[in-house]
Amino acid sequence: MNLHMTRLPLLFAGALLAASAAQADDARYAPASALWQSECGSCHLAYPAELLPAAGWRALFASLDQHFGSDASLDAATTTALLKEAEARAARRGSGAPTRITETPWFRHEHDEIAAAIWKRAAIGTPANCAACHRGAERGDFAEAQLRIPR
Amino acid sequence: MTLVRPPLRPLLCALLLNLPGTAGAQTPQALLETFTQQARNEDRAYTGPSAARGGAWFRQQHGGDWSCASCHTAKPHNPGRHAATGKPIAALAPAANPRRLSDPAKVDKWFRRNCRDVLARECTAAEKSDVVAFLLTAP
Repeated sequence: MNLHMTRLPLLFAGALLAASAAQADDARYAPASALWQSECGSCHLAYPAELLPAAGWRALFASLDQHFGSDASLDAATTTALLKEAEARAARRGSGAPTRITETPWFRHEHDEIAAAIWKRAAIGTPANCAACHRGAERGDFAEAQLRIPR
Repeated sequence: MTLVRPPLRPLLCALLLNLPGTAGAQTPQALLETFTQQARNEDRAYTGPSAARGGAWFRQQHGGDWSCASCHTAKPHNPGRHAATGKPIAALAPAANPRRLSDPAKVDKWFRRNCRDVLARECTAAEKSDVVAFLLTAP
């Protein structure tokens, strides 16, 4: 009994550590395939597939010819390969089929302390410009240590 | 050995000749010739590529908000910037960026997409021929 009592705080601390480590890991994404990097990274950051649910990716890849105001159409084989990668890595949480990462409840929650005026700064321009503040975004590193909001 | 050698040569030549048309690299000059030939097939009155016409066409809007120059700048020897996202775009002129106009599949993909964005339709072979001629001119 005595032994059990002394161990309990240790276990607790261990659990806390594990939780914070998992959170830190959440902000770093494994590198995407070379195909993803080149096809999804020509016009904008090759956003990590983890940032939308699979249903969102399916909707997005079904309408590449009307992709947020641009034609981003691809041949069928490339589209299929990219969708497969997206589905394998997609967010497990979230409902519906959102196609705009910045409109997901997750994104809004993560950025709820950023005032509207900050988004409009010349060096940022749009919430879609991850790399303006997340200096490691190009390599999938969104950890707070890499965060710097430009003036 | 002497028996093997003669048939190898034509085979190699055939392979080399085949590469540009299928999966491999193509010179911008060969691309220009392909588009020009297509343009003549589409329109017998097409007189051949005009860099001046291509340059004017590159800089003007075609009914929408964007021109080619909106992203590639009016001087395609310079790097550009995506008009919507702001992401840097490497220079489009092969003289400034040797990787440009070297991969036919890539050329087709980006003409298809960007022509739909700028002209709300695919480009004609004559337009492609003229604009490639423009991109091949000295800065």
